[in-house]
Amino acid sequence: MEQRLFKIVANKEIAELTYRLDLEAVEPGFSFDGEFVNIKIDGFFLRRPISVCDSYPGGITLVYKVVGKGTEALSHKKEGEVLDLLTGLGRGFDAAATESSALLVAGGLGAAPLLPLAKKLKAAGKKVNVVLGFNKASEICLEEELRALADSFEIATVDAIKAMDPTFDYFYTCGPMVMMKVVCKTLDAPGEASLEERMGCGFGICVGCTVVTKNGPRKVCKDGPVFKKEDIVW
Amino acid sequence: MVNTKINLAGVSLSNPIVPASGTFGFGTEMADVYDINLLGGISLKGTTLNPRVGNPTPRIAECSSGMISSVGLENAGIDVLVAEKLPELRKIYNGAIIANISGFSIDEYVAACAKAAAAPETDIVEVNVSCPNVHNGGMAFGTSPESAAAVTKAVKAVTGPKPVFIKLSPNVTDIVSIAKACEEAGADGLTLINTVLGMRINIKTRRPIVANRMGGFSGRAIFPLAVRMVYQVSKACSIPVMGCGGVATAEDVVEMMMAGASAVQVGAENLREPYCCRNMALELPVLLEKLGVKDINEIIGITE
Repeated sequence: MEQRLFKIVANKEIAELTYRLDLEAVEPGFSFDGEFVNIKIDGFFLRRPISVCDSYPGGITLVYKVVGKGTEALSHKKEGEVLDLLTGLGRGFDAAATESSALLVAGGLGAAPLLPLAKKLKAAGKKVNVVLGFNKASEICLEEELRALADSFEIATVDAIKAMDPTFDYFYTCGPMVMMKVVCKTLDAPGEASLEERMGCGFGICVGCTVVTKNGPRKVCKDGPVFKKEDIVW
Repeated sequence: MVNTKINLAGVSLSNPIVPASGTFGFGTEMADVYDINLLGGISLKGTTLNPRVGNPTPRIAECSSGMISSVGLENAGIDVLVAEKLPELRKIYNGAIIANISGFSIDEYVAACAKAAAAPETDIVEVNVSCPNVHNGGMAFGTSPESAAAVTKAVKAVTGPKPVFIKLSPNVTDIVSIAKACEEAGADGLTLINTVLGMRINIKTRRPIVANRMGGFSGRAIFPLAVRMVYQVSKACSIPVMGCGGVATAEDVVEMMMAGASAVQVGAENLREPYCCRNMALELPVLLEKLGVKDINEIIGITE
């Protein structure tokens, strides 16, 4: 974990209530490691944990949805303003678990952490099959970015998963808990899911975001958010 | 150079800054984040005799200037604390180690406190009496002078020379009478305040935000309440008090000490500003110098 200040390069609505936030580290020497960041927003006691969608030396890109007052306040932040972030939080997807072909299933904003995973998988020469699910057409985001990387791509329902490349050997999913539950229970292949739970600190101290796994209680923020399918108790 | 060294019932602390139980893990987790030897003491995550899975989630609800948490004492049990957590922390930490113990019956308190006190790494045993007594209709031990004194007396009988601090609940009519009862029962010191019982409701679902309906409210919002109770208790008792509740800055530390605290615990602020205790420890001597204080002990309870 690291605490750093970031300057807002852009904070733009890219779909209904969905924003893309480009951040540049104020001090040099930043490179992102981990799965999410925890953002301090003036006027709110707790930070807001948000998955990192893209990173490069010196900066990160987040895609977030306005779901409450904290994220609404974040959406009003302007280019040039500075944000206080805890970075390097959480344990992400294990790209090395895929042998040759991976299935990525996202619901809504679950697409955000799957984009860096898709890049990693492609760089390692693996096949990437993507299914994105959204409630409404107006909420579709990251379609172009993921379509560009994918060997097969669907914007679809859970039913469409089986119609895709049936040879994938591993899957990754991020989205609403009910969706991930169905994905994990429907697919025979091994895989991983990025779980969600309301967090206090985001760095493993407050024991607010516990999830009971087959190996006992685990912290979503520090032991996860990504857990292996076989360890999750639905 | 300003002296920041203080004494808690015979235990010397390099400064009065102590992360509060439940907001700093077992200390080792934070050692990767900054040099924890800057801290006078560390109160460890609340531990019970037996392992506990804790409450269902969600456990956290945000509030204006604070938060409600309802972890339900999820912990691995006293044997893991003694066998693993205490030795691991002592390897890397020279300050005061405060083992925080909870129980749901007097027997549980006694058994867990005896083990905590017997561990060579433990400097102070802190007893959380805000837990419900399963043998008395679930009423918290800390809500009557008689039951708080009964826990204190029973624990003191098994903790030998290790100082015992009773951590008091603010959810009472008269905290002074409970504090005095603990002092008379042999407590070496008091920590106050624990969290304030609170509740939030989601107006769309019409349901409580935390799964356990209610939880402990902490954070900056409770600071004035804590200062008032520390003031009242420290004026009425002669044993040292660790002030706790809403502390977020070095100024807050000074204020809490002027109210009567010998040491100051920092809770919820750690969860939003992980470096806050380090910053307070570094800023405190500078602030004291500005205030013309040469020895921090001068200000303890100075406010009439």
